[in-house]
Parts: sequence; C-alpha cells; structure tokens
Amino acid sequence: MAGTDAMTSGRTHAPSVGQRITRIEDGPLLTGHGEFLDDIVLPDLLHCAFVRSPLAHARVDAIDVEAARALPGVHAVLTLDDLMPQLRSGRMPLGASPVGGQNKSTPFVLSDKEVAYVGEPMVLVVAESRYIAEDAAALVNIAFSSLPVVSDARKALADGAPVCRTELDSNRMSNFHVGYGDVDEAFANAAHVFEDELWQHRGCGHSMEGRGVVAEVRPGGELCVWSSTQMPHDVYYMLAGMLRVEQEKLRVVTPDVGGGFGPKYCFYPEEAALPAAALLLRRNLKWVEDRRETFISSIQERDQYWSMQVAVDSEGLLLGLRGRMIHDQGAYAPKPVNLPYNAVTAVTGPYILPAYRMDVDVVHTNKVPVSSVRGAGYPQAAFTMERMLDLVAVRLGIDRAEIRRRNLIPADKMPYTKKLQARSGASLVYDSGDYPAAQAQVLAAAGWSDFAERQKKALDQGRYIGIGLANAVKGTGRGPFESGAVRISQDGKVSIFTGATAMGQGIATALAQICADELAIGPDSISVTAGDTARTEIGLGGFASRQMVTAGSSVKLAAKAVAAKAIKAASKILSVPEGDLELDDGYVREKTGNQSISLGELARVLRGAPGYAFPDGLEPGLEATIRWRTDALSYANACHVAEVEVDPDLGQVTITRYVALNDSGRMINPMIVEGQVQGGIVHGIGNALYEFMGYDDEAQPLTTTFQEYLMVTATEVPNLETIYRETLAPGNPIGAKGVGETGTIPAAAAIISAVENALSPFGLRISQTPVSPEILFKLIKSARDAARQNPDSQS
Amino acid sequence: MQEITLLVNNRPYSGTVEARTTLADFLRHSLGLKGTHLGCEHGVCGACTVLVDGASVRGCLMLAVQAEGAIVETVEGLAADDGTLHRLQEAFSKEHGLQCGFCTPGMLMTLIELLRENPSPTETEVREAISGNLCRCTGYQSIVRAVLSVTGRPVGAAGDL
Repeated sequence: MAGTDAMTSGRTHAPSVGQRITRIEDGPLLTGHGEFLDDIVLPDLLHCAFVRSPLAHARVDAIDVEAARALPGVHAVLTLDDLMPQLRSGRMPLGASPVGGQNKSTPFVLSDKEVAYVGEPMVLVVAESRYIAEDAAALVNIAFSSLPVVSDARKALADGAPVCRTELDSNRMSNFHVGYGDVDEAFANAAHVFEDELWQHRGCGHSMEGRGVVAEVRPGGELCVWSSTQMPHDVYYMLAGMLRVEQEKLRVVTPDVGGGFGPKYCFYPEEAALPAAALLLRRNLKWVEDRRETFISSIQERDQYWSMQVAVDSEGLLLGLRGRMIHDQGAYAPKPVNLPYNAVTAVTGPYILPAYRMDVDVVHTNKVPVSSVRGAGYPQAAFTMERMLDLVAVRLGIDRAEIRRRNLIPADKMPYTKKLQARSGASLVYDSGDYPAAQAQVLAAAGWSDFAERQKKALDQGRYIGIGLANAVKGTGRGPFESGAVRISQDGKVSIFTGATAMGQGIATALAQICADELAIGPDSISVTAGDTARTEIGLGGFASRQMVTAGSSVKLAAKAVAAKAIKAASKILSVPEGDLELDDGYVREKTGNQSISLGELARVLRGAPGYAFPDGLEPGLEATIRWRTDALSYANACHVAEVEVDPDLGQVTITRYVALNDSGRMINPMIVEGQVQGGIVHGIGNALYEFMGYDDEAQPLTTTFQEYLMVTATEVPNLETIYRETLAPGNPIGAKGVGETGTIPAAAAIISAVENALSPFGLRISQTPVSPEILFKLIKSARDAARQNPDSQS
Repeated sequence: MQEITLLVNNRPYSGTVEARTTLADFLRHSLGLKGTHLGCEHGVCGACTVLVDGASVRGCLMLAVQAEGAIVETVEGLAADDGTLHRLQEAFSKEHGLQCGFCTPGMLMTLIELLRENPSPTETEVREAISGNLCRCTGYQSIVRAVLSVTGRPVGAAGDL
C-alpha cells in the first residue's frame, strides 16, 4: 500500500491542502449525471406554472380561473385563498432572520388584492406537464385597475409622489446614517474639496440554472422540499413557520445547484406556495423558473445613487468623505436590508479616512425586489471610493496609484479597527493584509510606471488606450457558525456533513482536502453531503464568501477530533501507547512496529454491539460534529489593474489586459481560488460594461432575454493574469479568507478608471456603471461639443 | 401526437411526442437524458446544445419531431461505455473548466463539434466557438485552457488574441 510518498513524508498521502487537486464534484457534472433540481423525478409528479402580474402597480378586481381549471390535464388553479388552509400567513416571513415575522415590506405568497411589480406571483397552476400548466396560466383572466407607478427611487421621495403599495404611508422604507469623526470640520479645513454624482447599477445574478422547487408529500404527514437555494436551512426554518406542518416532519434538501451568485439567498414566494399546494393536493409538485421568470422575479441588485464630496489636504491625503445615497429596494424586502448598509460601511475600504458621514434612504419602487448579487454592496462601495480617489488624483495632478498609496492602511497598523460597526454591532476590525505591498506588486506586474509612455505613443497613432486600478477589501467568513461533521462508517468510508451549500464553488473538494489531511487519507475517497436539513440539524448556508472559513474551520476541528479518537481507541485495542501510533491511509498504525487497525474496524467497535467489549473511557461513535463559532470577519483584499482601448467614434471598449492580485489568506485549493477570482472578475466586467436591467417609466421591464440583457461571453475577455498573496487569517484555524466575491468587487472601478484614462484627451469624467457604447459615445460627444464651444477649458 | 424514431448516442429510440415538444424536453423528459440542460429557452445561453447529424443545435429551439430520423449526440454519449472520460471531459476537470456544471454539457458538445472540424484551433477560434455559450462561473479562461490542452497549443500563443 505504501507508495513513494511514504518514504519522504512517512505517510501514504502527501498533504492535500494547498494543492491544485481536481474536484471530487466533476465526474457526474461532466458526464450528464449531475442531479439538478429539474432532474428530480418522483412518482406522479405534477408540474407548476405561475401567473404573474403584467402590471407594475394595480389593484386586483377579480381573478377568474374557470377557463384554466377546465383545460384537460389541469389539476388545480390556486389563488391565495385556496392555499390559506395550509398557511399560517398569506404574507412571507422576513427571511434570514431569527424573527421570521411578517412586516409591511415582506412579499405575499400569492398576491390577490394588489400587485406591486411586473412578475409578482398571483396564481399557481398545477397540471400534468409544464406545457399544459403554461397553457392554463394563459387562460387565467384577471381584472386589474391600474394604480400610479413609482419607477424612479429618486422621485419616489418627493412630496405628493404616489406610493408603490397602497398599504404604505411613504416609499421610504428606512433612513439611516453612518459615520464618525467631525466631518464638517474636515471639510472646513481641507485644501481641496471635490464632488461627484454617481449612479450604479448591477443587474441580476443570473446563475445559469434558475431557481426551482420540488415538494414531495410523504407518508406520515412528512414533507420533503428540494430547492435550488443557497440557504436550505433558512428555507427549512421559514417553511416550518409558514406551513401547518411540524418542523420535525419537514426536510429541505439542495440538489446540485447550478450557481448561486446571490439571488438564491432569499426565501421566495414560490418556495412557500409549492409546498403549501403539495400539502393541499396531497401530490408531488415541481416548479422550475424559466429565464423570463428570473428576469422578473428573482431578486436583482439594481440602482444606487450616490452624491459624494471628498475633502483632502494639499498632498491628497483623505480628510473627510460625506454624502447621501438613495437605494432602490424594489417593491418588497424579502430579508433584512443589508445591501445599502454593506455599501456605505465598506466605502472606506483599505484606506485611512479620518471623518465620514453618509445619509441613506432605502426606497421602495414598483420593481423586482432587491437583495444581494455577488459582492452585496461592496462593488458599489469600491466604485464610489475609487472613483472619488481618481477624481482627486486627476484634479491635483497626482498619479492615481500614488494617491492610493498615500492613503492605504499600512501593514504595520494591522489589525486595524475601522470606526464603523457591522450590522451585528461588532466593530469592523481588519484582521490582516498588506495593502501597499499588494498594490506595489500588481503595479509592477502590470507595467503601470511605463504606461504613460505607451499611452502617448498610441495616441500619436490615433489610438486611445487607458489604464486603471482599484483596490478592495471584503469581510469574509461571516458567522455565527457553520456546521461541520465528520463520520467514519463501518466500512471505513469518511463522510462530511455540513450546513454549507454547494452551489458550484467546489466546497466539497475543499472540505474534503482539509479533512483528508487530518485523517491522513486521500481527499477523493471522502463523500460530502452539503445542504440537507435531515443530515445537518442546524446550519446557515452560502453567502458573504463565508463557507471556506466557517465550514472549513468546523470540518478541520471535527476531523482532528475524529483522528484523536481513532488513535485513542486504537491505543486501547492494540495496547500500544497513543504516542507510538499514527494515522495513515485508513489505518491507525504503529510508527515503528507492525500492528495496525483499520478505521472501519474502529468504527465498528465504537458503534457498539451487544455483548462485545467497548473501549474504556470513550464515547460511542467514530464521529465528531463541530460548530466553530465566530463573530469576527476575515478580510480578504484585492488590487486590480485593467488596460483598455476605446474607439471614441463607436464608444466601444476593448479590455486588452487585466492583472489582478488576490489575497484570500491560505489557499486550500489554488485551482479553485483561481476559478473564483477569474469568474468574479468577469462578473465585474459585466457590471462595468454590459449588464443592465432596464425598465420604462411605467416600470415595465425592458430586458427580459439574454438578447437584451448582455452577459459577458468568451470573446469579450482577455486572458486574465492573476497573482496571489497568502496573508494567513489569524482568527480561524485554517488561516483562510473567503474568495467568492473578491474578484468582482474592484473590477468595475478598475475598468471605468481605465476607460476614463483612455479618454483623458477629452477631459471627460465617468460617474456611472455600466457604461454601454451608447452612453460612452454620448459622453464623448458632449465633451467634444463642449471643447468646440469653449476651446480653452480643455485640460 | 407524432411518432418519431431517432438515434441518440448510437442507440435507437422511438416514441410519441406532441408536435410542440422541444428536442431538449424530449431528451430530458421522454428519454431521461437529463444531461442536456435548459438555461434560457430562447436560444442564447447554449446550455442545451446537442449535436444533430453532427451539427450543434439549440435543443430548446428545435422541435423533437424535426429530429425524426436524425443522429443525435448528447453529453451522455461522450464517455466510453466503460466510463472512461473523453479527453475533453478529462481536460475540463484538470483545468477547472467547470464550476457549477450547468453550462458544461452545452460547452462540451459545442467544443466537440469544433474539434471535429478543426482539431487544432487557436485560442481565438476556441473563444469564438463558445461565444454562444454562457457561463457565469468560470470567466471562460479555464474552459479555453482545457480545449487548448487537448490540442497541445499553449494559451496565448502567437496569432491568438
């Protein structure tokens, strides 16, 4: 059994953490044998479609379902009234909260009195096939009376503006302030003050697999719900509160999830309606979101309007930053609103900022509800800060990298406490990282210092090339915990059970690597069950770049505990001192002698058998469950440099080079980290240049296909050059920081900085994202027109 | 209902379908070949790409009845009968050309067509070939690298992007 590795390491298996091993997830996914939600087949499964509101705001006068019910193949056409016997409330609970109660911003399971956005679910149709269900949905006849529409969050706060739902007194959902220091004094004493109005829009999440739900009615009053969600436990807790079914009779499972990216974080009306209908009809039901439904019913991260002022001294050192932000929340808030809070508390990023104040209005509109998309407010924060720093640099004639260097938190100030609080009330403490060194490293790799010369040469040839950079930090590993259980079965197989959700990131492989090293086995023999409430009693799920840190730490400690127990049990059974034993390749062996016992045998002993001896002083079972607790975040950081070429006559931007540095602490699997960083950057490229969820003045969605809403394809991206630092996180047992969002956060800021730099001969300023060719063309045209009218004003 | 007979991954199938049933739904629900995924159902994302008589088609835009008598290839037919992965599947795993795996079957089938027509594509040609396949996870680079690794051409070689 012993291979050559044993000669050097003393173990059959070399340590797996830190290695680019291929993923244990890949086999079924590559051969068409994955099991995504729509692949689940159950006996007598019926298929569902939703009738959705065609209007952004209307009173519902009557719902006539008779023609739909009469269609052959239709089993039921259900309104909220029909579902109410199965529900404790017709209104959704506040997801991802311990309260779970309803409020005036939570959506309805089905809306039957008033609708507040195009796409709001109203009627559930159950039929023998999805085709028939959609036929029947088209036959549901609903009489509406149109109500005034709130389509622009900025106008929604005006006196006399209509309200987006008649139950509200105002469209202002909340107003809050964050800040510290004496901002007014900072501005009064500043050498320079600059201001800007920024508009930011991030569009949709668009995992390639949409949402979906299967509800199975089981004997004994049990209900099993599969959902393509990032949050199976939250779905479980919320459903248990919603349905008239005992919590212990409910199970929620995530099948293979075809991407998350934020929208699958929320608990949705469809996830309540389907189980309620299944209980009502005593039938197994399936609903799979189609892409049009994604556009009009999965949460989006849409518009934020930032009015900002920055105060600096004569050297460009930050003295103060202040402003106001209006956040478009859409029609409802399905979970506590964290995006605007994240955004304004993340603005100061990796920089030292002595004084800060933001006033924030969270505003309802008649559009799809807003929640987190990859980055969750941090990309907007980075865009705001980085754009303001560029403004200072350009106005003061200081190099953009230099002004950042002057303001970055130096490494010797780590850990660095920001004078801001997280939503939990805890201080924001940056645990580790060397931001100036990271920036210097990426600038050197990207050839920042000689770019001006290259730019001049290009301009002489009539080509507009530009370079931009942006820094970012991201608080990762949000607690309070994630479950990690390690169990050795009687045949010696090692299994991990976790509340973390596998949604394509490769979490199973990474957890297996951590576990493998503790047990001295290979990672590919380990099975990982993630996201099944019957296998993991409590857990949280996938969000906030948290699972590697939280689940990884729990699995590490659980595997360590199992290893210690195996040694202890083997010591008693073999009568060998613990110190003379080691784990290797599924056995506990004597280090020097030749006695050994397999993990399977130890598991069989420790599971107990009547009439057989049980080792003294040991608890039954060769397993351990750890819920490693944390309230602190591990701060990952990134610095990106983008190079672009812009055709000013077409407004066309080509990204010609992209160099990104990422520091997410210890890399458990560098290949997976690279995949996260690259995918994250490309999401950010979409946010910078392409992705736009449009609505007209009546809040009718304008972009409901991938022909109108542009996703980045393979031909728009250059080969991304990625560089890694590994500043170990001091606050968790594995030293890792999250990586799922760090690629996205600075990308739009870096690209827009580069585009503006390319167009510096026109002296224009770009204060928005995304920037389409049309928008860029208009900016260039107005700059040209202004230059023509006032030739002396050009810089 | 219409009778259709077709060859899928070298096995003959016959069945009855409604005229409006798409080829993708027929493969998934009637034949149980669920490796073909539906990502947009309007012909843009490419997740449902299968080969019909050797040419890549959108399974969501073609009706099953149009495949009468056709030779259809899906992702399930790529690996050998003994489970040995096709070299492109192997390369996807090695180069991390997949994350969630939802777009992967469509990517693979699109690339199988490319490699049959052009066994040694440039990076630019690979990127153009998959420009009709959306992937939200990878950023495409690892997919491109996987393809080039089976052709022996290095990423970023002269004459490429």
